[in-house]
Amino acid sequence: MTAAAPELAIETRQLTKTFGRQTVVNNLDLAVPRGSVFGFLGPNGSGKTTTIRMLLGLASATSGEVRVLGQELPQQLPGVLPRVGALIEGPGFYPFLSGSANLIRLDSADRFASPATRRKRVADALERVGLTHAAGKKVKAYSLGMKQRLGIANALLTPRELIVLDEPTNGLDPQGTREVRHLVRSLTDQGTTVFVSSHLLAEIEQMCTHAAVMRAGNLVAQGSLDELRQTGQTRIRLVTPDAQLALGVLAGLGLAADVEAPPERGGASADPQLIAPLPEEVAAEQIVEALVANGVRVRGFTVAGSTLEDLFVALTGEGFDVAQ
Amino acid sequence: MSPSNSGVASVASGAAAAAARPRAGWSFLASELVLLFRRRRTWVLLATLAAIPVLVAVAVRLSTARAPGSGRGPAFLDQITQNGLFVSVVALTICVPLFLPLAVGVVAGDTIAGEAGAGTLRYLLVAPVGRIRLLLVKFAAAIAFCLAATVVITAAGALIGAALFPVGPVVLLSGDTIGVPDSIVRALLIAGYVTVSLAGLTAIGLFVSTLTDAPVGAMAATVVVSIVAQVLDSLPQLDWLHPYLFTHYWLGFADLLRQPVEFSSFSSNALLQLAYVLIFGSLAIGRFTSKDILS
Repeated sequence: MTAAAPELAIETRQLTKTFGRQTVVNNLDLAVPRGSVFGFLGPNGSGKTTTIRMLLGLASATSGEVRVLGQELPQQLPGVLPRVGALIEGPGFYPFLSGSANLIRLDSADRFASPATRRKRVADALERVGLTHAAGKKVKAYSLGMKQRLGIANALLTPRELIVLDEPTNGLDPQGTREVRHLVRSLTDQGTTVFVSSHLLAEIEQMCTHAAVMRAGNLVAQGSLDELRQTGQTRIRLVTPDAQLALGVLAGLGLAADVEAPPERGGASADPQLIAPLPEEVAAEQIVEALVANGVRVRGFTVAGSTLEDLFVALTGEGFDVAQ
Repeated sequence: MSPSNSGVASVASGAAAAAARPRAGWSFLASELVLLFRRRRTWVLLATLAAIPVLVAVAVRLSTARAPGSGRGPAFLDQITQNGLFVSVVALTICVPLFLPLAVGVVAGDTIAGEAGAGTLRYLLVAPVGRIRLLLVKFAAAIAFCLAATVVITAAGALIGAALFPVGPVVLLSGDTIGVPDSIVRALLIAGYVTVSLAGLTAIGLFVSTLTDAPVGAMAATVVVSIVAQVLDSLPQLDWLHPYLFTHYWLGFADLLRQPVEFSSFSSNALLQLAYVLIFGSLAIGRFTSKDILS
């Protein structure tokens, strides 16, 4: 970890955390490039928050190495943390203090933050998350979404090189979710690296440049979104009334197709659909040519890379079974 | 959430700021004190403590109207009628065994566990506040509360005493008589003595508070410890143990009412409390610095 280190905002090697006999994070090798919006994806209970706690020095690693902003943890923790803003597993505030008093309190805890600019920075951070109108209101009167925004404002109190947001859109309405996406983009414009965890793929897909997928404490995929998409199988989708005939033609080319019943609603698309993985050695135009030559009426033909959702489901499983 | 750049300098200047020398961090201690003394709970505790000398003074005033002092009740109770300034001393004597440990238990037990329970501990630590620094600031604030509590009792006692009884020269335990200004100095010395007496319990509360995320549990445990220590202190079979109990000198402030002032129990008490602070402070640091913060 020497030469490549400065380009990475977060780097872990064989990071492992066990609680008793249970391994919560297992040999994690994260590499978060500087300047990226990095999505940390995984179902509930897959070890995301535990990993984040280790990245911030809240929990110690059982084994393995962590470097954040080029500094070794936990040794360099006091020098690293002032450069990192974080929202960890939901907001935590004093209910009997106002929103701005809470931020002033947390800012005064940071010895690098200037007391002279404190009130201005707090007001600016509240403005950025749209809480100016509620700045003087006690936090116990805040809705969950407002607390979430206040938590994000806390991460923005001073200019940071790295911002860690654990499930930032929890409790936010669709409008608030859009605003968070917008905010994250504006942060990267200033060169900040943003590390966002989520169990929602759509959220990651819309705001991230890179992603890693966790499952049961293991890292199962990592890379830029494009790289991740390419790991999935490219598929063709054919709409035709001559399903049986088409199946034969496709089989001749070495494609194993599934027939999907036509959609309920009628119209032009009331034809069966055939879906088949596309092998690399077969060109898409070749298939169409063969189909037409064999008298298959082609009413629709698309080639699609697999969506991230397919990948996510393939990697982490479907449904509600919480990873053990 | 407007993504405007207003008020946000570039990341480069953030890095420069981080490279700068950190401040001494007094503003965090100030923030801690403001937080503690702005809480309604703190005010309720202090008001309750202030009510005790008032109750004592009123009760004595009403009963002496009918019968003169009988010699029963807490030490110095009879002196109240001759000199109202003694209300402070009587009130402290009443508060030291239970009411003050209760109040201190609430504040000291809440130090770390309260932050953990509210979910604010993780944000303080990544702000960042070093863990040892957090313990020191929490301990200092809790000691400030001990001082405030004893001063409140002393002041409330002096005020109500002056209102209901004559104020004049005070006859000390040694038989000497001192004037009003000197007796105020003695009252403040006693408040100082009681504050020092509570330092050991505060350190114990701080340590207990690092063991749990449930503040109420830490508060209760701290109060129970103080009661157990007093019970042990009252068992003659455990004579050998008594000088090591942090409650042993709690009521020793009577020595400050002699002429000349007898400081030996003050210094024994201070040494004992210092030992407790060092031991339980170290335990708290050892525990807290190695703990995974999962709250």
